[in-house]
Amino acid sequence: MSAPLIWIGIPLILSPFLWIPRRANIIAFLGGIIALFLAVLAWFFPIDTPIRISATLSFKLADSLEILGRQIIISPADQPLLTLIYGLAALWFFGASAAGIARRLVPIGMSIIALLVASLSVQPFLYAALIIQTAILIAIPLLSPPEKKPGRGIIRFLIYQTLAMPFLLFSGWLMAGVESNPGDLELLTQAATLLALGFAFLLAIFPLYTWIPLLMEEASPYAVGFILWLLPSIAFFFALGFLDRYAWLRDFDQLPAVLRSAGVLMIVTGGIWAAFQRHLGRMMGYATVVNIGFSLLALSLFQDYQLSAFFLFMVPQSLAILVWSLSLSVLTLREGSLLFRARQGDMYRYPIIIMGLIFAHFSTLGLPLLAGFPPILATWGGVAEKTLVAALWVAVGVASLLTGAIRTLAVMVMSPKEEEWAINGSLLQNILIGVGIFFILLLGLFPQFMSPLLTKLPFVFSHLTG
Amino acid sequence: MNFLVISWGATILLFAFTLSLLLTRDWRWILALLAAQYIAVFWLTQIHWTVSMAAVKLVTGWMSATVLGITRSTLDPKLASAPDDNSWPQGRFFRILTAMLIFLLVASAAPSIPKLLPGIGLPEVTGSLTLMTMGLLMLGLTTQPLRVVIGLLTLLAGFEILYAAVENATLVAALLAVINLGLALVGSYLLLAGTEDTGGSR
Repeated sequence: MSAPLIWIGIPLILSPFLWIPRRANIIAFLGGIIALFLAVLAWFFPIDTPIRISATLSFKLADSLEILGRQIIISPADQPLLTLIYGLAALWFFGASAAGIARRLVPIGMSIIALLVASLSVQPFLYAALIIQTAILIAIPLLSPPEKKPGRGIIRFLIYQTLAMPFLLFSGWLMAGVESNPGDLELLTQAATLLALGFAFLLAIFPLYTWIPLLMEEASPYAVGFILWLLPSIAFFFALGFLDRYAWLRDFDQLPAVLRSAGVLMIVTGGIWAAFQRHLGRMMGYATVVNIGFSLLALSLFQDYQLSAFFLFMVPQSLAILVWSLSLSVLTLREGSLLFRARQGDMYRYPIIIMGLIFAHFSTLGLPLLAGFPPILATWGGVAEKTLVAALWVAVGVASLLTGAIRTLAVMVMSPKEEEWAINGSLLQNILIGVGIFFILLLGLFPQFMSPLLTKLPFVFSHLTG
Repeated sequence: MNFLVISWGATILLFAFTLSLLLTRDWRWILALLAAQYIAVFWLTQIHWTVSMAAVKLVTGWMSATVLGITRSTLDPKLASAPDDNSWPQGRFFRILTAMLIFLLVASAAPSIPKLLPGIGLPEVTGSLTLMTMGLLMLGLTTQPLRVVIGLLTLLAGFEILYAAVENATLVAALLAVINLGLALVGSYLLLAGTEDTGGSR
């Protein structure tokens, strides 16, 4: 038995079987339980360490698996990362039934997660680009329902994500050349340019994020939310893999400035676009653009603060996207349109669901006492120490996103006619969103609850944590 | 010498095939051209890979064309075209002119690539760049799922020729084959999506 078989093989094998149950809530429950089990196992079960079962019997979970002459390795250092990925996936799967998309999201999502975990574990690691591309292809049926004609968003998503792969594979090859010949500045520039282009496509860096708001209009908000949580997270881990592996890249003088500029551009453009939206889905799309921008900013501080600021974002951002997309999915299921003019006065009809949407929005922009506040404050402070101009631009982006939040709030409480307060939506939908709001508040008030995970996560990238 | 002549022949054929792909509107011709394109891709790949491994590309390409062809043949012509695909110029003159510009770009850029990738010949580089740039052009001119997937397959075929010169691992060949077939399947799925009442999908 080997670790890749448990955390990659088992979910991949089980994912087709998750189509079998007839009831969506059973699928969601099974998917959630499997993901939770894998998360707990990753936290407690030692890899590559003999476990004594009896006086004569011992068991050791091997850390590698060989496929076609290459290895997939899950080392003990990767276990906190697996806990985070499968733990958050469990939350998404449990909520899938309430969002009305369990039948598609759970089986497809399970296989996507397994493939993306494989992408982080494959050796040589640059093959990850190929596995990520496979996962992206599997995501298409999730994002484009069979009963609906594909729109521009899904086509752009497919094109942009596919374009990332050639750039990343080539840059990986060039980087090996740079490693053996570090003095070759031309080669270094070419490798860095290709790498930047690859990650610009993969992470939907400005101006390549046009598919995000389009997709938020076309597809189920919960399905898009799942992809917008998972794909950038894995892409960032992949990028950290590059940084961890290549010393010249870590020491590249311009890298923090490039990451900072890209992050600021994402926050400013995403925030300003969000301020002018009249569609709740598109608003969330631009907020996720801002999320990616903040992660880039946090990454730009790696030379001074290692990865602490970056990992601080992981749980709050995921939680906000989860609650936000669940709220939007419930509104879509029950009301159809997410346009402002159709959603006036929803606060009276769906108070808990709208509260979820508003709390997630405020958490994303870092309102004090909410989960997003500690990481945004830490990152903003770090950026301000480097350059005040960038910090001011971040303020512009955050203020714009705040404008979007206030406009949403105003529309939700603005009813054209007299409304009676009523709690609509199913009990499960209201409970799940209520629990989400509770955790957004809890992580804002007590961010130290994440510290057991946060202290272990950076060790996955040993060269970056010193 | 003969080997080089055939390689240049394959490169010229690639340009002709991709230009025809850009101009043709009949899906039967489009898929036939795509399948033919993979013969030239096979030739340019086998320069650096073994014939058996290069044959994987040929078979995968043909399988992709077949999957797309079978799906397209089942569709009602009215349902198979995107209604809002007229945002870009559609004229043949425009497309030929753009293709010529691309050819000039490829001809000027190709000689610098062999310096970057030692061991690779000019025909492979020219063929590869032709496929990649024409694939990009196809992607820029349409939002129809069939044409988009063909554009992506063309672009990837170009990349694979270049990448074959630097990487010959079996796992890479296998994963690239999976991605090509996956793209064809995704194209089929997108072609079929929304064409009939498929019932509840939750």
